[in-house]
Amino acid sequence: MSAPRSEFIAGARATLPLLAGDLPFGLIYGVQGAAAHVPALVIVAMSSVIFAGSAQLIAVTQLGAVPPVPSPVMVLTTLVVNLRHILYSASMGPRWRHLSRGWKWLLAYLLTDEAYAVGNGRYLRADDSPHKHWYYLGAGLALWVSWQLVTLLGVLVGGQIPGRWDLDFSVALSFIALTLPVLRDRAVVASATAAGLAAVLANDLPLKLGLIVAAAVGIVTGMVVETLAGGPKPVPARGVDG
Amino acid sequence: MTLWLTVLLGGLITYAERLSLIVPLGRVTLPPVLVRGLRFVPPAVLTAIIVPELLLPHGELDFSLGNARLLAGVLAAVIAWWSRNVILTVVSGMVTLWVLTALLPR
Repeated sequence: MSAPRSEFIAGARATLPLLAGDLPFGLIYGVQGAAAHVPALVIVAMSSVIFAGSAQLIAVTQLGAVPPVPSPVMVLTTLVVNLRHILYSASMGPRWRHLSRGWKWLLAYLLTDEAYAVGNGRYLRADDSPHKHWYYLGAGLALWVSWQLVTLLGVLVGGQIPGRWDLDFSVALSFIALTLPVLRDRAVVASATAAGLAAVLANDLPLKLGLIVAAAVGIVTGMVVETLAGGPKPVPARGVDG
Repeated sequence: MTLWLTVLLGGLITYAERLSLIVPLGRVTLPPVLVRGLRFVPPAVLTAIIVPELLLPHGELDFSLGNARLLAGVLAAVIAWWSRNVILTVVSGMVTLWVLTALLPR
């Protein structure tokens, strides 16, 4: 398992179960794009230029809005929705410190929610393989390729799927599948509960700011509960996530 | 033209956010307080997306048994907790939503 090649393949394979969440996500993106009369080429290009599912989904919804959403507001929304990537970036940065600039620029481009979840899981495993970035690369490229294919499929069949199938709900379901299994200690449960409550209370804030506020409330709550419970868990030698 | 410019700007900003602490961090060490907070980021962000989706399906609080998304989401959460299986969670949640939508009065 220590050779780059086997790490790469293992990382790619670890993303296969996530396809179940990606496929309906890509389809609903195509449905929304078609409904909003966004040119097919733009829908497809966004998958490689922006490469962030929820931001793309919001963007095509805004493109179909009446009256039209002004461009600066769309760009600002993308910025806000993707703010969480700064925190993924902060988490992966120290682990990639030793890599060349080219590696860093490539791995950063691939840094999605899913790639972070899968790659972070590899870094939290106790062994000190020097090739964990190959595992992340395998996961990131597999996710990139499947996202291109799935959104292309979405564009091709998007117009045919009736809205009453409620496929947009599969997005929340795939987030549930990613989150519930990590709710294993009191601080994380408190953090998630506070974030969920705050998200409901802040739901009417403009520009998706409610999400950012709720995340901040959740993070601070988790840290407070962790402190009250006697400090952070022991930090693994190479990890930063405790 | 404006459309392409919007997409390009959105892409550049997203990439800048991803790159932000990867390239500079080659030299900088994060303050311990930020390091501690990081492990709470994914569950906090994702829960903040999930909960309004279940409780506010039409923009206002709905705790009624007529809220199919809430019931389907809770069932999917239980399945995710026990199985840790993404496919099983998504499929059972969608099927539950479809069945409830068909059965429940609108």
